Amino acid sequence: MEILFLAIVLAPLIGAVIAGFWGDRIGRVGAHWVTSSGVGISALLSLYVLSGFITGSREPFNGSVYTWMVSDGLHMEVGFLVDQLTALMMSVVTFVSFCIHIYTIGYMADDEHNWPEGSLAGTNSYQRFFSYISLFTFSMLMLVMSNNFLQLFFGWEAVGLVSYLLIGFWSVRPTAIFANLKAFLVNRVGDFGFILGIAAIAMYTGSLDYSEVFKAIPGLADTQIQIFGDSSWSLMTVICILLFIGAMGKSAQVPLHVWLPDSMEGPTPISALIHAATMVTAGVFMVARMSPLYEFSETALSFILVIGATTAIFTGLIGIVQNDIKRVVAYSTLSQLGYMMVALGASAYAAGIFHLMTHAFFKALLFLAAGSVIIGMHHDQDIRNMGGIKKYMPWTYWTSLLGSLALIGFPGFSGFFSKDAIIEAVHHSSIPGAGYAYLAVVIGVFVTALYSFRMFFLVFHGKGPRDEHAKAHLHESPKVVTVPLVLLAIPSVFIGYFTVKAVLFEGWLGDALFVLPQHDTLGALAQSVSGPNEMISHGFHGLPLYLALAGLVTAGVIYLAFPSIADTIKKLFKPINIALEKKYWFDEAYQFLFAGGSRNLGRFLWETGDRLIIDNVIINGSARSIGRFADRIRNVQTGYLYHYAIAMILGLLLLLTWFVIAA
Amino acid sequence: MFADLPILSLTIWLPIIGGMLVLASGNKAPEATRRTALIISIMTFLVSLPLYSSFDTTTADMQFVEKAMWIEVFKIEYFLGVDGISMPLIILTTFITIFVIVAGWEVIQYRPAEYMASFLIMEGVMVGVFSALDAMLFYVFWEAMLIPMFLIIGVWGGPNRVYATIKFFLYTFFGSVFMLVALIYMYTQTDTGSFSILGYHDLKLGLTEQIFIFVAFLMAFAVKVPMWPVHTWLPDAHVEAPTGGSVILAAIMLKIGGYGFLRFSLPITPDASNHLDWLIITLSLIAVVYIGFVALIQQDMKKLIAYSSIAHMGFVTLGFFIVFMIAANPDAKEAGAILGLEGGMVQMVSHGFISAALFLCVGVLYDRVHSRQIGDYGGVVHTMPLFAGFMVFFAMSNAGLPGTSGFVGEFMVILASFRADFWFAFLGATTLILGAAYTLWMVKRVVFGEVANDKVAALQDINSREFFVLGSLALAVLVLGLWPAPLIEVMDASIANLLKHIAVSKL
Repeated sequence: MEILFLAIVLAPLIGAVIAGFWGDRIGRVGAHWVTSSGVGISALLSLYVLSGFITGSREPFNGSVYTWMVSDGLHMEVGFLVDQLTALMMSVVTFVSFCIHIYTIGYMADDEHNWPEGSLAGTNSYQRFFSYISLFTFSMLMLVMSNNFLQLFFGWEAVGLVSYLLIGFWSVRPTAIFANLKAFLVNRVGDFGFILGIAAIAMYTGSLDYSEVFKAIPGLADTQIQIFGDSSWSLMTVICILLFIGAMGKSAQVPLHVWLPDSMEGPTPISALIHAATMVTAGVFMVARMSPLYEFSETALSFILVIGATTAIFTGLIGIVQNDIKRVVAYSTLSQLGYMMVALGASAYAAGIFHLMTHAFFKALLFLAAGSVIIGMHHDQDIRNMGGIKKYMPWTYWTSLLGSLALIGFPGFSGFFSKDAIIEAVHHSSIPGAGYAYLAVVIGVFVTALYSFRMFFLVFHGKGPRDEHAKAHLHESPKVVTVPLVLLAIPSVFIGYFTVKAVLFEGWLGDALFVLPQHDTLGALAQSVSGPNEMISHGFHGLPLYLALAGLVTAGVIYLAFPSIADTIKKLFKPINIALEKKYWFDEAYQFLFAGGSRNLGRFLWETGDRLIIDNVIINGSARSIGRFADRIRNVQTGYLYHYAIAMILGLLLLLTWFVIAA
Repeated sequence: MFADLPILSLTIWLPIIGGMLVLASGNKAPEATRRTALIISIMTFLVSLPLYSSFDTTTADMQFVEKAMWIEVFKIEYFLGVDGISMPLIILTTFITIFVIVAGWEVIQYRPAEYMASFLIMEGVMVGVFSALDAMLFYVFWEAMLIPMFLIIGVWGGPNRVYATIKFFLYTFFGSVFMLVALIYMYTQTDTGSFSILGYHDLKLGLTEQIFIFVAFLMAFAVKVPMWPVHTWLPDAHVEAPTGGSVILAAIMLKIGGYGFLRFSLPITPDASNHLDWLIITLSLIAVVYIGFVALIQQDMKKLIAYSSIAHMGFVTLGFFIVFMIAANPDAKEAGAILGLEGGMVQMVSHGFISAALFLCVGVLYDRVHSRQIGDYGGVVHTMPLFAGFMVFFAMSNAGLPGTSGFVGEFMVILASFRADFWFAFLGATTLILGAAYTLWMVKRVVFGEVANDKVAALQDINSREFFVLGSLALAVLVLGLWPAPLIEVMDASIANLLKHIAVSKL
C-alpha cells in the first residue's frame, strides 16, 4: 500500500528532476512528456485512491516512510496520512496540475521572446518551467499527504520555494523579482508564527505526529499558559492562532494578503495552479486538518471568522477597480479564500474544503481562460483594451462564461453549492464575529458578481479590441490550451451537484474532520436541506441568489449598456475609488514601515553599534590607550603591531620550554 | 579493523608533515605542488573516515584514544580521543579542506606552495584542537591555529589585510590568554597535577572559582564564535581573506568556539554556566536579531555572509545554554535540553557546509570580476545559469529552507528554546524572516534582473573544477537536510552524557 502512495509522490519529483537536470539533453518535447506523464500517473493513482474511498473499499492509511531523526525522544518522521480529506486534496491537486501541464505546452511555446537576446537562462526556460511545476506538484502532495507537522512544514516551505521560483521565472523583469521576494518574505512572516505553533505543540504534547497530537489535545483543552507577564492565555488559543498566522501567509489573508496580487507577475499557468487552485488553499487545508485543535478554541475560531470575512469583502471590492485581467482574477481569489476561511471559522470545515475543491476547478479555469485571452492579445493584459473577443475565441468565451457563473454562485453550478453552504453555515454560527461575517459574505456575493461580469463583459462583449493590429491577429488558442479549459469546465459546472450531498450532509469526509456538537453549523443546516435539488429550490427563497443576479445585471448595465455611468460613479465616490485603486495603501505602508524601517534600523545598528561604539570607542579606543602607554615604555619598534603579537606567542613558548628544561 | 591504528595522530600529522613537504618542494612546479596538496588532503579525509565508520554510537566514552607522556615534569600528555561531539567536526574539517585546496587551484598564482602548505598545516592543527584531551596540548594547537590563518590573510589577502590581521590576531589572542590562565589554575587544583580535560570535568570547584573560570573561557570562545559584541573582527577578516581563508574561517574555526563551550565551559563549570546562562542567551539572541538587521544593509557580499555567520552561530550558543532553563521549566521537564544541544551541534556542521559554499560562490564571482560589491552585479543568471542555480540553492539553505541542512539545526533550537521561554523562541524565529530577507535580497540584486554591465555580460559559467566543489557541498547540504538521523545518532550518547554531567551541581 505504501508503494502506491510513494509512487504518487515520487512520479512528479522524478519528472521534475529529469526535466530540470537533463533538460538540455531531452529537449522541449522530452521535458513536457516526462513531466506531464509523471503528473498524469500521479493523477490517475490519486483518482484510484479517491475512488476507493468513494466506494468504501479503502480504509484511511497512516504510516511512516522513514525516520528523519530522533532527538530527545521526539520522533521526527516522514510519513503519509491518507484519508478522505487527503484523497480529495490529492485528486484536486494532481488533476488541476495535469491540466496545467498540458496547457503550458501551448502557453510557453514561444517563451524565448520573454528573454533578452543571448541570455543563457532563456535557452532552457521551457524545460525549467516544466521542472518547476512538477516540483510544485511533488511539494504540494508532500504537504497534503503528511501525517506529521515536520513534513507539513517541509511541504509548506517547499511550495513557497517553488512559488518564489515561478513568480520570478522571468527574472529579467524588475517587477517579477520584486514580487517573488515580497511573496517569499510575507510568507515567511506567516511561517514565523507557524513554526512557533509547531514548537508549542511539540512542547506540550511531546510529539509531532498528528494522531498522537490529536489524542493529547482534549487533555490540554483547559491548560492556561503565561506569555505576557502574569496574564493567562488558553494554550489552545495560542497554538491555534500561531498556526493560523502561517495559514494567513500562505492563504493570503488580510493583512498578509499583499503578496498574492503581485504574484501575477509569474506566467499565467502558475497563477492558475499555485496562486489560485492549490498552494494558496494550503492554509485552508491545514486548518481543516487541524480541526481537532481548532474546535477547542472558540477565540481562534472567531479570529479566523473575522479575518476571513474581512478578506472576503474588502479584497473583493478592490477587484472592481482593477484593469489588469489577471489582477481581477487574483483579487477574486483573495476574496474566495476569505470565504473558505469564514467556513472554517464557523466550524463548517467540510464546507470550506468543498469550496476549496469547486474553487480550484473554476478558478483554474478562469485563469487559464484569461491566459488564453492574453495569448490572443499578444500579452496585453489591460481589459480596457479588450472587448468583443467573443467572436474570435469561442471556446475561451464559453468556458469563461461557465467559470464566471460558477464563481458567482449561479444555481446549479458548482460554486453555488459551496458558497451557499458557507453562507448558511455562518448564519447558523453563534460564536463572536458571526454576525459580521454573515454580513460580509452576503454583500460579498453582490461584489463577486459585479467584478466577475464587469471583466467578462469588458473582455468578451462590446466593441473592440481597441488596437487594430491586435484585432487582425486575434484568433482562438491552440488545442493544448482549449482542451484543458474544457477539462476544467466540466467539473466547474457539475461537480458541486453530484458531490454536495456526500461531502456536506452525509459526512463523507469521515473522521478526517472533527466538530464539537455545539459548533456543528453544517448539522444545523442539514435539518432544513439535505440534497442538491433542495439547495437549489431553497436558494430561490434566499437573498444571496438575488444579490448575485443584481451584481450581474449591474455589471451589464454599467459596463455594457451605459459606460458613462462608471465614470459618474467614480467621480461621485472619489475617495472610495482612490482607496480601492490604492488597495487601502497596504503596500505603501509596508514598504515604508517594514522594508524602509528595517533598512534604517540595520544601518543604525551597523553604523552606531558596530562601527562607532564597538570598533571605534571600545576596540580602537583601548588599542589607542594601550598604544599611548606603550609609546612611553617601548624602545624597540618595528611599526607593526602583529610583530609584537607574534613575539608574545613565541615568548610564551620559549618560556614554557625553558621551564621544562630547567625543571 | 582500524582499532590498532593511531587514526587521530595520522589525521593530525599527515597533513602537517605533508604540508611541510609541499612547502619544501617550493614553487618551481606549481602544478605538481597543487596535485600533491590535493592528494594529501584526500588521503587525510580517507584516513579520517574510520572515525565515523568504526565509531561506537552506544558509548559516551572517548574513542580512538591515544595517550603518551609528552612533558613529564608537568604531566603534560599527548592525549587524544574523540566522542560524538568532536568526531563530526573532525570529519567536517577533513572534508572541507579538500574543497579549499581545489578552490585555490588556478586562482592562487602567487606562492602556491606556501598557500597550499598553510591550509594543510592548518587542517592538522584544527583536527588537533578537536581531538586533544590534554589541556596544554589543546592550548598549543589552539594557538598554533592562528599562525597559518594569520599568514593566509596577511600574504594572500586584500588591500586592507594588515588592519584585518591585526584585528583578528589581537581579538583572538586577547581571548585565549585568559583561557590559558584558567587552564593553569585548574592544573594547580588537581590532586596529582594533571592537564587532563576529562579530569577537569570532575574537578570540584566553588562557585566563585567557577565564575572566574567560566568568564575566562567565555572570552576565548566568544571571540572565536564570534558572539556579539566581540564579533567585529570577523567581517573585516573575511573581507580581506582569500576565498580559501574565508571558507576555513567560517566553516571550521568558528566551530572551535562552539566546541569549546561543550568541551570546557558546560562540563567544567556547570554551576557558573547555570548562573550566567542568561548572559549567553541574551548575547545569542542579540546576535540573531541585531546582526540580522546589520546583515540586511551590507553592500559587500562577503561582509553580508560574515554577518549571516554570526547570526547563525547565535543559534549554536542559544541551543547550548537554554539547557538549564528548560530543566527548570516545570511544563517542559528535562525533555528539550538534548534537543537544544544537538540542534546547536547540527547547526555547526550545517553552517560549515553552507557558509563554505556561499564564500566559494562569492569567490567564483570575485575571481572573474574582482569585486565583491553587490552593486557591481546584476543579471548573473543570464551568463552563468549553472552558477546561479547553486547560488540560489545555497541562499535558500542559508535561509533555513526545510530539506536543506540549514533548516535542521534552526528547527531543533527553536523547538527547544520554546521550552525555555516563549520569547526566546519568538526572537530566535525572527531568523526565518531576517535570514530570508538579507540572503534573498542579495540574490535578487546579484543573480536576477537585467545584465548590469559589460563585466557581467562577459562572465563565463563555472568550470568543472568549480562545479565539483559546489556540487559536492550541495550534495552534503541536501543529504543532511533530508536525513539528519545519522548525524544525530553519532552524537546522541555523548550529548546525553554531557547533559547528565552538567545536571549535577559541583557545589
